[in-house]
Amino acid sequence: MNKVKLTIDDKQIEVEKGTTIYKAAKQLEIEIPVLCYMNLEGLNIENKPGGCRICVVEVEGRNNLAPSCSTEVWDGMVVHTHTMRVINARRTVMEFILSDHPKDCLTCAKSGNCDLQNMAVKLGIREIPGQEYAEMSKYKTDFSPSIIRELDKCIMCRRCEMMCNDFQTVGALSAFHRGFQAAVGPAFEMDIEDSPCTYCGQCVAVCPTGALTEKDHTRDVINALSDPTKKVIVQTAPAVRAALGEEFGMEPGTLVTGKMVSALRRLGFDYVFDTDFAADLTIMEEGTELLDRLTKFLAGDKKVKLPILTSCCPAWVSFFEHNFPEMKDIPSTARSPQQMFGAIAKTYFADKISTKREDLVVVSIMPCLAKKYEAQRDEFKVNGNPDVDFSISTRELAHLIKEANLDLNKLPDEDFDKPLGESSGAAVIFGTTGGVIEAAVRTAYELHTGIKLDKLDFEQLRGFEAIRKATVDFDGTPINIGIAHGLGNARKLLEEIKAGKSEFHAIEIMSCPGGCIGGGGQPTHHGDSSILKARAKAIYAEDAGKPIRKSHENPYIIKLYEEFLGKPMSEKAHHLLHTCYFDKSRKIEID
Amino acid sequence: MSNIKVKVKEKDLNTIKEICKSFDNKPGELINVLHKTQESFGYLPAEVQEVVAQELSVPVAKVYGVVTFYSFFTMLPKGKHPISICTGTACYVRGAENVLQEFKRQLNIEVGQTTDDGKFSLSCLRCVGACGLAPVVQVGDKTYGRVSPEGVKEILAEYSEK
Amino acid sequence: MITNLGGFKMSQHKQIRIALNNCGVIDPENIKEYIARDGYVALGKCLTEMKPQDVINEIKESGLRGRGGGGFPTGLKWEIASKNHADQKYVVCNADEGDPGAFMDRSILEGDPHAVLEAMAICGYSMGATKGLVYIRAEYPLAIKRLKVAIEQAREYGLLGKKLFETDFDFDIELRYGAGAFVCGEETSLIHSMEGLRGEPTIKPPYPAEKGYLGKPTNVNNVETYANIPIILRKGASWFNKIGTEKSKGTKVFALAGKVKNVGLVEVPMGTTLREVIYEIGGGIENDKKFKAVQTGGPSGGCLTEKHLDTPIDFDNLLAAGSMMGSGGMIVMDEDNCMVSVAKFYLDFTVEESCGKCSPCRIGNKRLYELLDRITQGKGELSDLQRLRNMSLVIKDTSLCGLGQTSPNPVLSTLDNFYDEYLAHVTDKKCPSGECKDLMTYFVIEENCVGCTACARVCPVGAITGEKKEVHYINPEICIKCGACEERCKFDAIIVK
Repeated sequence: MNKVKLTIDDKQIEVEKGTTIYKAAKQLEIEIPVLCYMNLEGLNIENKPGGCRICVVEVEGRNNLAPSCSTEVWDGMVVHTHTMRVINARRTVMEFILSDHPKDCLTCAKSGNCDLQNMAVKLGIREIPGQEYAEMSKYKTDFSPSIIRELDKCIMCRRCEMMCNDFQTVGALSAFHRGFQAAVGPAFEMDIEDSPCTYCGQCVAVCPTGALTEKDHTRDVINALSDPTKKVIVQTAPAVRAALGEEFGMEPGTLVTGKMVSALRRLGFDYVFDTDFAADLTIMEEGTELLDRLTKFLAGDKKVKLPILTSCCPAWVSFFEHNFPEMKDIPSTARSPQQMFGAIAKTYFADKISTKREDLVVVSIMPCLAKKYEAQRDEFKVNGNPDVDFSISTRELAHLIKEANLDLNKLPDEDFDKPLGESSGAAVIFGTTGGVIEAAVRTAYELHTGIKLDKLDFEQLRGFEAIRKATVDFDGTPINIGIAHGLGNARKLLEEIKAGKSEFHAIEIMSCPGGCIGGGGQPTHHGDSSILKARAKAIYAEDAGKPIRKSHENPYIIKLYEEFLGKPMSEKAHHLLHTCYFDKSRKIEID
Repeated sequence: MSNIKVKVKEKDLNTIKEICKSFDNKPGELINVLHKTQESFGYLPAEVQEVVAQELSVPVAKVYGVVTFYSFFTMLPKGKHPISICTGTACYVRGAENVLQEFKRQLNIEVGQTTDDGKFSLSCLRCVGACGLAPVVQVGDKTYGRVSPEGVKEILAEYSEK
Repeated sequence: MITNLGGFKMSQHKQIRIALNNCGVIDPENIKEYIARDGYVALGKCLTEMKPQDVINEIKESGLRGRGGGGFPTGLKWEIASKNHADQKYVVCNADEGDPGAFMDRSILEGDPHAVLEAMAICGYSMGATKGLVYIRAEYPLAIKRLKVAIEQAREYGLLGKKLFETDFDFDIELRYGAGAFVCGEETSLIHSMEGLRGEPTIKPPYPAEKGYLGKPTNVNNVETYANIPIILRKGASWFNKIGTEKSKGTKVFALAGKVKNVGLVEVPMGTTLREVIYEIGGGIENDKKFKAVQTGGPSGGCLTEKHLDTPIDFDNLLAAGSMMGSGGMIVMDEDNCMVSVAKFYLDFTVEESCGKCSPCRIGNKRLYELLDRITQGKGELSDLQRLRNMSLVIKDTSLCGLGQTSPNPVLSTLDNFYDEYLAHVTDKKCPSGECKDLMTYFVIEENCVGCTACARVCPVGAITGEKKEVHYINPEICIKCGACEERCKFDAIIVK
């Protein structure tokens, strides 16, 4: 590799050819402020349109300032990162950006966690010259079940557009108009609800301002908790416990399961349950379905569709409903853990505590924004009453905890309530890419072969690579497994299936980078992918420490089948735990 | 749980499909396709863009992004006699602004609008390359040079009977 | 369609025809006429007698610099593209002439399309490209038609297509249409536009010569640059480089317009002075008014004054004077033009044409425009002038592409050269040239007014009062400065100040 020597702020450094000034400076621990630039290292996600021009630096011999995020170094380059010329330019550009940005930080969902706000502080902005007569961009605010778009706050960093198109290949968002009118949104500025959006929430996860935020349900939750006529129960998804601590100053990757339970109890939830319980249930249903299809397939039944695709990710479900409707009979019909939990809670559990469906409020804590949309899908309602009433994100939970003056750091560790709070290690790893399929393999292997696994860690299924392939030997029968995280990667696998070239028996798909740990409802990663890796590590650690690590060994699951469901894929299970999919593709029709 | 339906007339659908096909349905030909489509329809309404998007396998958001980027493309139907006023530098220096104001006043519309009877629409363009005749106004294919605000009435009168 | 561009009747004194050599002389729709004037001789010579590097060396030696704006050495550009190896390379002709007030590219394409085609083939040969693309404004239907005819005829004559001049060199040309975006004159934007995308620029490097159209090495030159190529190769670099100044060789075509007597295209050797162009060729200022400024380089250029009139025009001198060559627009202004309004006019253009990708250009130019607008309305303050300058400098310093990097030039050059005029607007609230309506007041001259009431009757807002046969009064609070009263008054009793 070619090496290049350069000088930044009088310090010499040698870096590889092709390195940008920003990255070279980082190696010297010189921090150059960036706004539109974002690099999720190891995930192959990089946004560097060179648009905001905050990261400009002075390069000797060059007429104008250079954007450090996208200017490559050359041999003998001399860079000054903080001269008065640079500082004046950054401030002036920042004043430009803020002059077209609403100043409603008091009520903005992003306040306190906003890259733009932080930058304004860093650059010492105290006034916006000419603000009183500066025209501001005006757009309508777009409300959807999951995502709220306030385009007035868009600074054209293009991160959301990059995520939606390059990473997810959803194509719901694009830059439109030009010049001062330019912004990013769906075609014809239609509501996002009418676009092919899957609500994966990755646009929200990367938005540096309050232009894209989640639909906030904390108000609804507070109302339910303060209503004495309601029983309010809560379920928490696996990825939440690996990230919630970050909102309270803890190191990324700190597990806060017990403290989280304790906080939820103090917030007033009548029962604190675990979505992991439902994840175990998912494995029972989905694993049985897999084995059923597999057995028939191996016996030569041509009607059986393989590979089977996981169906616990609601954004992924929307994705194939929009883009691959002709393949809607391939994914497992198993509902997601959130919805299985809701269905069981409002039947089995409601009976147990003798509460009417209408008086039981089910709240879910999710790392995800698509779960908000999923919870209000018609097929998950009984007489208009949803199985899951409100789905709030990890971020919203953190807000609630802080609002209630609870310090997560100081809370004692407590256990989930029974019966819907018991779970296996297999359920915990649902929170990271490869986890669902690993959990399914643990159960399917044992049920299929009748042999007890002596090693439960399937390392070949783990990691952050975009598409992973592994073959697991089911006692003589090789089972090919595919894993993709990110819908763009999923698309590649789907195209293979469509072309009849897929070698897989089972595929796990998660929409978000790293799986649910990188979900759109998680604490903002601010472009640091090491945070995602730390969360994944925490998830695997929790699994390793669990006494039960296989879904079919969860005693409360066994009991649920004995007392209520019968067996996996029974009629009752079908009714409560399975679903069907719809063709949501855009249709051109003759008028 | 229904999908989004886009209604298009069969004839129009076939026209767009043919245009796309003549460019091998290549996404990279989007701008050429839009040129041809606008030539046939006079403008690019949303449903037309939806069809183009589907035929070229480009997200419709991206098609809209392209249509709104280029000033040549329009999503509004133009008048029977589209009036374009050159606001290039040479025309500006020779008083194009006053001519524009006079057209706006006489037609009672703003730039980008069409009169209620669908007869005239008003737009500005940047230099038609006839700076020697500044200020220049085009009505349809016809070009008028050295136009003064006083001459506006006369120009419009030419089209009043047609 | 206008075919008479009104320029060719002008004095040929001081003019040399190189780029416009055949324009108006040959029938552009008849290839035979082009061939009769040594057309395609240069291509034949290149293919049969010269190695690709020889061609590049000849162009380098000629000193030809890009005529589209920046003035980058053409030979060097070709050489870089030739050294980047790839299975496919492209030659692109930028015919998206977007500078309001320049139309030389259109004239060349309409008058001498084969010169451009021949040059593109020569470029293709020198850099190893077999495909050429002309990116042309859709608003130029005649140029498009003539290009199509020319391409067809060249193919018929075996001058485009396979095995040109019985060598192994293949070259063909297709048309791509612009759709009305000034920023597409920037080469990376142009390439994105040809790829069917929004014409937004990207950061260079990578240059198109490394990664251009469809990711392949691509050479982009504008029409006028190409029009110089065949003649250089026919007559030799040493003929060409004797014309012009030390660092700017050859001629430049200007679109002379505005308040001069003779308007139209002018082709003069580099080094000709502005005075020679405006007074000797242009015939001086219309209606014998006073010369005030000349704007070169379009929205990217600046306004030059009296003191620059004897500066020899070339790339570097114009840059040093705070303007630039640009594509060759040359707009002359007289005492009636307000320079603050002129700056505002250009900013209005930039605001409309900014692609919106980078914040200084997207928002900064808007803020510049708003401030200029306030100044022309008499709402400006002295401190605003310093802000104008700072914003301008930062926009230049931080914008992503050439559009934003040059868009404040009209502001900076007028601030430099016409500071007093800005001062008059912000401190005295007066527009010396009388162009800014908001700063004007209509008065009745008492001794001239006979009280005929004509003005009061024509006033659309009822701002004029007065009894019959008595002196009338215009209420400045109500007056909308439409000028109707002044026009109606037969006694010269209404004036504007």
